Amino acid sequence: MTDRNNWRPTASLAALESRAQQLAWVRGFFARRNVLEVETPVLGRCSVTDLNIDSVPAYPGSASPSPRCHWLQTSPEYPMKRLLAAGAGDIYQVARVFRDGERGARHNPEFSLLEWYRRGFDDSDLMTEVAELVCGWLQCPDPVTLDYREAFLRFAGVDPLATDDHKIRARCEAWMGQDQLSGMLRDECLDLLMSFCVEPSLAELGPVFITGYPESQAALARVSEVDGVRKAHRFELYVNGLELCNGYWELTDPDEQRARFELDNQARRRAGRPEMPVDEALLAAMHAGVPDCAGVALGLDRLLMLKLGVTDIAEVLAFPSDRA
Amino acid sequence: MASYSTNEFRSGLKVLLDGDPCIILDNEFVKPGKGQAFNRVKLRNLNTNRQWERTFKSGESLEAADVIDQEMEYLYTDGEFWHFMKTDGSFEQYPADEKAVSDVLKWLKEQDVYTVTLYNGAPLTVTPPNFVELEVVDTDPGMKGDTAQGGTKPATLSTGAVVNVPLFITIGEVLKVDTRSGEYVSRVKN
Repeated sequence: MTDRNNWRPTASLAALESRAQQLAWVRGFFARRNVLEVETPVLGRCSVTDLNIDSVPAYPGSASPSPRCHWLQTSPEYPMKRLLAAGAGDIYQVARVFRDGERGARHNPEFSLLEWYRRGFDDSDLMTEVAELVCGWLQCPDPVTLDYREAFLRFAGVDPLATDDHKIRARCEAWMGQDQLSGMLRDECLDLLMSFCVEPSLAELGPVFITGYPESQAALARVSEVDGVRKAHRFELYVNGLELCNGYWELTDPDEQRARFELDNQARRRAGRPEMPVDEALLAAMHAGVPDCAGVALGLDRLLMLKLGVTDIAEVLAFPSDRA
Repeated sequence: MASYSTNEFRSGLKVLLDGDPCIILDNEFVKPGKGQAFNRVKLRNLNTNRQWERTFKSGESLEAADVIDQEMEYLYTDGEFWHFMKTDGSFEQYPADEKAVSDVLKWLKEQDVYTVTLYNGAPLTVTPPNFVELEVVDTDPGMKGDTAQGGTKPATLSTGAVVNVPLFITIGEVLKVDTRSGEYVSRVKN
């Protein structure tokens, strides 16, 4: 009858106090920089088209004959960009977000995301600010910067931009059978090597920014050509091997954005996943003009894990999904 | 046949992998933020008892293995098979081959109850209880004055198992033995 104790929180009361302190620290950080705190809907008509992110559907008004499917947000990115287009200036949000099926020692399907946008910043300006926020709170050394390509060459022994698909797939045979690998796309193989080769090796480096993602993994970042190679202006911060945030020098071109949404949905179709409606409100806002800016999303639960030195996210959540 | 997708994986689940029945020991979910999610799964192959680690794309599934554990009493051996009987009053009997009993042979005592793991209705492995009580059939004579201090000697038990016992143990005594470590625990008073 272990179920009888399931009403209890999995986080200690001390961890809950640290969570409150962390939130106060974050708000103080942005108040000092005149960044405006905003709130946007958790429940929206649209969600993201990302191939590898599953949204949780919700049906408000389900008493009516044909309730329309809504979604719990996976990130407040799109409505925040609409605020930027409306002239909101520098903004941040502490948001509760939802990603279906993500549950593990570092994942919970419902989690806290800190997201912020800075007008006139590019990716490297924003990395400086991310470092100030994260290292100020964790009191850790400033992050080093490592190019995605360099990280793969060093830790996985393949060139993510130049090595051919066949060799990249062969490199994955340590983890998967040939039958499983035959259906794997190049980016999926790179994700596997990232998870099982690169990330564990990053742990020894302490805080490290990974930059220069391949164009195929640009998501919502601008892409530009550097030394004859097209790379995304996207960065991620890893601290002790734990992925903490994902930032972009934001794409502001609505036509390019629409094309990427369509590519996403094609990839979803090929993978046998449902297509997601394209967020026309975001595209309209981009037409009206999202200012040049950089933005980043940072996992607050993981930041707290690092602060407290724990390895399971349940230790910083009052009630993880199996007790929700 | 039922199957389980990676998000149903949990320890104790029995699945078929490469045609062999396996038990899931551990399941780790990993996902680069915007990338493909994977499940790193530790399994024990119930046929070979070897531990495996395999990685799956999240959403992949494995067929469920028709594996169940049953309490059964050991009856006798005819030299080729070792016969067990259900303890639920049905008196149903199951012959286990040498492969299924090889790990448990040295602890096998008639009328004792064992956990028999059935795969597709046939005994796959037999697991002894954590503690068994067996009689000493052979050991060197005990020596006076050696009751408390450390020394040990080998003793052969009625099933053929050899365990290290304190020097004061004599032939005919019944001992409690831990089958997981093969170590002497205590004397059993008759």
